[in-house]
Amino acid sequence: MIAINDAQLLRLALPEVIVVATALIVMAADFLFLHRFNTRVRFALAAGLGILGCAGAILRIIVAPEVANILNGVLIATPLTHWVQVAILVLTIFTLLLSVDSTFTQHVGEFVLLILVATAGMMFLAGTQDLLVIFISLELLSLSLYILAAFNKSSAQSWEAALKYFLFGGMSAAFLLFGFSLLYGLSNSTSLPLIAAAIHGPALNPLLAIAIVTTAIGLGFKIAAAPFHFWAPDVYQEAPAPSAAFIASGSKVASFFLFFQVMALGFAGAEGSATLHNIVRGWVPVLALMAAISMLLGNLVAIRQSSLRRLLAYSAIAHAGYMLLAIVAHTQQSLAALLYYVTTYALATLGAFAAIAVVERQKGDDQLSSFDGLGRQSPVLSFCLAIFVLSLAGIPPLAGFFAKFYLFVSLLNAAPGSMGLLWLVVLAIAMSAVSLYYYLRVLKRVYVAPPAAGATVIHSPLLTKVIVLVLAAAVAILGCAPQLLLRWIETAIQSSGI
Amino acid sequence: MLAWTIYLSFLGAAAMLLLPRGRTASARILALVTAVAGFAITLSYFLQHRTGEMLTIVRVPWVPTLGIEYHLAADGISITLVLLTGIIAISGILFSWNIEERAKEFFAFYLLLIGAVYGVFLSYDLFLLFVFYEIVIIPKYFLIAIWGSTRREYGAMKLALYSFVGSAMVLIGLIAAYVVAGAKTTSLIQLAQFPFSPHFQMGAFPLVFVGFAILAGMWPFHTWAPTGHVAAPTAASMLLAGVVMKLGAYGCLRVAMVLLPLGLGPWGIHVLGLGSWRDVFALLAVIGIIYGASVALVQKDFKFVIGYSSVSHMGFILLGLMTLNQIGISGAVLQMFSHGILAGLLFAVVGRMVYARTHTRDLAALNAMNLHKVIPFAAVTFVIAGIASMGLPGFSGFVAELMILIGVWRAYPLLALCVGFGIIVGVVYIWRAMQNAFFIGPGILPAPPNPPLPPVTIPERIGAVILIASSVLVGFYPQMLLNIVVPALNSPLFNGLHKGSWQ
Repeated sequence: MIAINDAQLLRLALPEVIVVATALIVMAADFLFLHRFNTRVRFALAAGLGILGCAGAILRIIVAPEVANILNGVLIATPLTHWVQVAILVLTIFTLLLSVDSTFTQHVGEFVLLILVATAGMMFLAGTQDLLVIFISLELLSLSLYILAAFNKSSAQSWEAALKYFLFGGMSAAFLLFGFSLLYGLSNSTSLPLIAAAIHGPALNPLLAIAIVTTAIGLGFKIAAAPFHFWAPDVYQEAPAPSAAFIASGSKVASFFLFFQVMALGFAGAEGSATLHNIVRGWVPVLALMAAISMLLGNLVAIRQSSLRRLLAYSAIAHAGYMLLAIVAHTQQSLAALLYYVTTYALATLGAFAAIAVVERQKGDDQLSSFDGLGRQSPVLSFCLAIFVLSLAGIPPLAGFFAKFYLFVSLLNAAPGSMGLLWLVVLAIAMSAVSLYYYLRVLKRVYVAPPAAGATVIHSPLLTKVIVLVLAAAVAILGCAPQLLLRWIETAIQSSGI
Repeated sequence: MLAWTIYLSFLGAAAMLLLPRGRTASARILALVTAVAGFAITLSYFLQHRTGEMLTIVRVPWVPTLGIEYHLAADGISITLVLLTGIIAISGILFSWNIEERAKEFFAFYLLLIGAVYGVFLSYDLFLLFVFYEIVIIPKYFLIAIWGSTRREYGAMKLALYSFVGSAMVLIGLIAAYVVAGAKTTSLIQLAQFPFSPHFQMGAFPLVFVGFAILAGMWPFHTWAPTGHVAAPTAASMLLAGVVMKLGAYGCLRVAMVLLPLGLGPWGIHVLGLGSWRDVFALLAVIGIIYGASVALVQKDFKFVIGYSSVSHMGFILLGLMTLNQIGISGAVLQMFSHGILAGLLFAVVGRMVYARTHTRDLAALNAMNLHKVIPFAAVTFVIAGIASMGLPGFSGFVAELMILIGVWRAYPLLALCVGFGIIVGVVYIWRAMQNAFFIGPGILPAPPNPPLPPVTIPERIGAVILIASSVLVGFYPQMLLNIVVPALNSPLFNGLHKGSWQ
């Protein structure tokens, strides 16, 4: 047993510590003196404090990056984990900024606290390769998200959605824990690389097969992949807008990175194969199947939706399917593709939720018909919404297109010399053609349909407008110059050698 | 310099959004200036480079990780089509001078579309080409869905989905080719030299070719074309038939045939008398020619006649490509230019000069109005456009179709006979439409429209003159374009095709 120095541990976890400390400070400040102000100011101050904390954590990571690996991966810091943590922090900052204009709650301190605690959970999730820490941080994240989903106390649907989320989440945790316990039994270790070394063998142990399936189910719930997606539509539709945006963006980044790590590191040696003429048992065919179902179900069901948030939920399921393909490929290149995809996807989703929130505040719901004629009522907002939606649809030159292109290339590259995974690419591209239909339906509402009689100009709050513009610009710029982001991701991956 | 055609159009579109509300007149003029500037750049380039060889305009790394470059270049084929785009862009704006509703947005989408079209014709990097190719879809959709007429939302969605499905097929083929080559480059020139296995080419070629041919209106994937054209506002149908369908044909030639030339080779077996993909697509093209012409013959709606005539004429282009001999393919390129001009002109007459005034496109209703007396300019223009479209000597269509016919005669003598039949039907449907729309039939009481129709305006006259003049110019002196097209076809880029099944 190597002795660990507490100071060293603390130094390594400093970014997380900063975030948690900020959370407590916000809470205390809200209790002590912020409650004197009205909600708007309270929210602005609390969110401002939270943003400062996140910015501090980012600074700490960027200015003094540490590379360490404590206790076989209980706590890991590499350029790659730093990159993911920074991405999560940036998305948290955007979420906090967007929540400033919310009016759904009086409990400002708690709200910001929960967001920050969830962020800390995500950061730990990114910076570990140990089953126990993974489980604990995942629970920290999930529990915070359940409460965030239920935060609108005046809405019964919000409760219902959160309860559904909680029940499904609890079940998924049980599955995950079951899988982890089997893994521990098989390998006598909780460290992903050691597990991989132990389970390596010519034939697939039946217990290992169960562990693979239960782990995949548990993590599949988290990323809302079909058929484990039941919570997503309700939560996306009924949770308060900032919570939904947070669940749909930041937590996706962390969960996908985790999924990739668990599969590619923990189950290395039990991959199997999903090429069409040579299916070998292992985790790859399981994920390939999950991806295929998600792409089909998400895209086909999204066509029938009349609520924009539900539509986004089903499109999220479809996107989870695309992103699972990167895990199926499990190469360095596909990890880069996954990170690029999930980050740009998160930016676009955040922006879309921000735009929806503005419309909801004016018209009371997020039905597609509420977006009729938005193009003339609020040109800037609609333009940005169009950019987000088209990016999700994968129309160049927006980020969503390059993300898809890169992902598909990396998937085909994963099986060199054979086109065995082509079926997945064909399915994915065919389904993205389907997706254009429902995304265009949204834009048809915005630009083609005439505004409802008596509709007036929609004024979006200045802050929201600025954030939405920044997000839209980011989506467009990252699409036109993907190298800006890709360069970081690649150097991070190469120097971390995953 | 030529790259500025793209940038100017995009800048024009952006400037349009910055114009204050309600400045319709400035929006029109800005659009016109942008289009004219783009055309002037192309024209000066055309006059300076008369050899048709490929010249790189810009070539910088774009995404080095994947070997994607921002590579714009032009050879004779590109220049021909860029010229066409410029002419159609200018006349399209002249024919939309009457757009009052949301004019700013209209011209913004219009210029965005034009810029992307320029981009496709000038891209020599497959990724870049694909990016521009997909950008086209969105403005196309909105132009039809917002400013269109009959069943516009249906037509627009159908068009967008067909295009997107086509480009999805192309994307699959391109990604597969990129990965198989493993060369970390998306440069067309480099990938064209890569020896893909015949097996791979046989599989990927039809995918990419059909993907592009959907947009070129190949039968049986043509059904988006008539509905889309009819639903579109005049300028958009001019662009659709004039240049967007050419994008598909251009892609077939530039990407599918250059990248995967062995896909055209014989299968080694005969199925129903067809021995290669080349035979299959040649047959589909001929079916398209005859089918389009025959359906045009029985339409009641004036615009549908022209819509189906486009399907028929695009069949000539695809057939010309499949002849795989120099005269046939250069004829196809010439036909791209010629059909672009003539389809633009025909849609301008039907959509702007007639429909915008009479608010009906029903041939029977138009007949009673005796339009050749009411708007003689429209009648004269349509007669000229019609005889040009029939392929009478002196117009561009004659040269192009003659060259294609000679090429087909060498490659598929039997099909040449069918094409001849298609040409005759072509004469009949134009004749019928002309007669019915403009000249009153015997025994029908003239019912002059009430209130009287507004006269044909100056912008319309200028637009019509530009298009007719272009067609006549090429008709009398086709060498002007052939001098740059033929060397381009003999350039190293087409080596694979020459070595393969070239005849």
